[in-house]
Amino acid sequence: MNLSAADWTPAWLWLAVIASGLYHGVNPGMGWPLAVSAGLMEKSPRALVAALGPLTVGHLIAMLLVILPFALLVAVVEWQRTIQIGASLLVIAFGLYRLANRRHPRVLARISPAQLGLWSFAVALAHGAALMLVPIYLGLCREAETDSGHAAAGTLINANLGMAVLVATVHAAAMVTAGGCCAWLAYRYLGLKFISQSWFNLDTTWAVSLILVGAIALALNLT
Amino acid sequence: MNIRPDPTFHASPKLAMEAPPESFAYTVLLSPDSSKPDALAVIDVKPGSSSYGQVVHTVTMPNKGDEFHHFGWNACSSSLSPLTGHAFLERRYLIIPGMRSSRIYIVDTKPDPTKAAIHKIIEPEEIFRKTGYSRPHTVHCGPEGIYVSTLGGGGKNGTDGPPGVFIMDCETFEVLGRWELDRGPQTLHYDFWWNLPRDYMVTSEWALPPQFENGIVPEDLLSNKYGHRIHFWDLRARRNVQTIDLGANHQMALEVRPAHDPVREFGFLGVVVDTTNLEGSIWTWWREGGKFHIEKTATIPPEPAPKEQLPPLLQGFGAVPPLVSDIDLSMDDKFLYVACWGTGEMRQYNVRDPRKPKLAGSVRIGGITRRSPHPNGKAFGGGPQMVEISRDGKRVYWTNSLYSTWDDQFYPDGVPGAMVMANAKPDGGLELAKDYWVNFPDGYRAHQVRLDGGDCSTDSFCYPSV
Repeated sequence: MNLSAADWTPAWLWLAVIASGLYHGVNPGMGWPLAVSAGLMEKSPRALVAALGPLTVGHLIAMLLVILPFALLVAVVEWQRTIQIGASLLVIAFGLYRLANRRHPRVLARISPAQLGLWSFAVALAHGAALMLVPIYLGLCREAETDSGHAAAGTLINANLGMAVLVATVHAAAMVTAGGCCAWLAYRYLGLKFISQSWFNLDTTWAVSLILVGAIALALNLT
Repeated sequence: MNIRPDPTFHASPKLAMEAPPESFAYTVLLSPDSSKPDALAVIDVKPGSSSYGQVVHTVTMPNKGDEFHHFGWNACSSSLSPLTGHAFLERRYLIIPGMRSSRIYIVDTKPDPTKAAIHKIIEPEEIFRKTGYSRPHTVHCGPEGIYVSTLGGGGKNGTDGPPGVFIMDCETFEVLGRWELDRGPQTLHYDFWWNLPRDYMVTSEWALPPQFENGIVPEDLLSNKYGHRIHFWDLRARRNVQTIDLGANHQMALEVRPAHDPVREFGFLGVVVDTTNLEGSIWTWWREGGKFHIEKTATIPPEPAPKEQLPPLLQGFGAVPPLVSDIDLSMDDKFLYVACWGTGEMRQYNVRDPRKPKLAGSVRIGGITRRSPHPNGKAFGGGPQMVEISRDGKRVYWTNSLYSTWDDQFYPDGVPGAMVMANAKPDGGLELAKDYWVNFPDGYRAHQVRLDGGDCSTDSFCYPSV
């Protein structure tokens, strides 16, 4: 069977959804050490697993909050290109902002350790984790639409909403799998030293990834 | 910002204990008559080094009359909580408040402690303007940045409004403003510390500036007007949730030492003097069923002394009060060190059962009437005061000055700056090291000690020891 480059595009996009989930999951800054702490504080592996719940839900809701408006917008077919270009520029701008402003949003430190879900939600928004998914998501919508031809706006919105939920869920599932593995490894086998050993300052990489994702999406839309 | 977390940040107290031992100690020096600028002394504490136990560098401040007392690091192991978002800070800057001037110095200890230099100076006006507080004192690095407790409110005498805690940005050192949103009945301040994952803060009470700046006010002490309460706060909500009065006779509830292991919800508090019997006391607080509790768990009796050997302040009592001025808890939460500045004794308590401290060791040095010499034969002015324990719990360092004007009242012959060290045995027992005696420049007194890489009254942890 011969597959053309175009056939591969959705696969790459889905891979990007999963890869970004894994990337967010292994990053200690997105919260897995908090699950280790919970497990140790309660002296119970169940507390570790329980802490992963709100961390994942918070992340998932942040993704949905950012992607869903685009799900509605992109159904306005004649504006589609404008929206996709706008989204790409937005992601690039946010990446540039993260590069220029290295200050950690202090408001995050006000969130109580008991509110892990809220913290995870806020941290995903503040770092643009959700924004990073937008160009990938829009790409997937376009691919799906090409397959189905021009459908009615209502059908399109439904399809887009379904896709948004699917993208956010797959991403969050990848995130909790990676984060959960790190937490379990540290809790069970590697010890607390693993927390500082596995932590790299990815602020620059992160900002550059945002700019790259935006730039690639922009290039694809302009060609 | 680092690429990796600072190697001196440790997830748990146990990891901190296993880390390499300290190489340098930092001790603040004060000029008691303000004739010279205060200074920071850097001391070589690496055994076997040719300059072991000597001051290898001094950072002299550009102003006079600051009165250095307590100080702290810009960042510590608390940075390893993802919640704070400060994992890539460096433990690099010492935040040194001038307790009399309300000025704060930021001293950079990198690239080498022997080249430490002033990085920034925060002038008193900035603190007054942005916080309405004065007389900054204890420094801890925490969730929202650097927390600094103050002893005075606004106005010249620091009596316009209550003192409290303010926050500084942990990267720019900009003063951000008051920490408290609801202080409840709190009107006095001294020390503070916290349990980060459990999200509470504990604060203590000394006195308002007119009660200490020109010396202890005996009438106020005898009428129980110094602080005698402990306050518990919701840390993130910045709200006082409980205040407990120890009883008015328990004057000056000073140092707060929570267990380092965050799974342990207890801590200790030292009370300087009981005005009914001159005892010093140790209190244990704990949280149970969502409420805080505290009880007196150890007392230290006064020592009778002939009137002619006593300073005028104490002649009417015919006894020396122990004056519990500082306490410090070892990193494993097993030993509590108690400085008895009046009687000249450093006590070591076994606190494995935190509500039943057992005296495990004791060292006599200095003291108002005993005047016990160091094993090297030298006279130790004053008594054991600010105490700091090495991370591994094997070495205990302390100095001898309490506060300029109070030193003069209790030790009229003077308190020349001194710093000694005792070796602690793993199962209890304390012995002064003969070969450790730091000579400070003439005319200076020595106060708090900090160790490079963190120490037992600096670092707070977000993960339990396992």
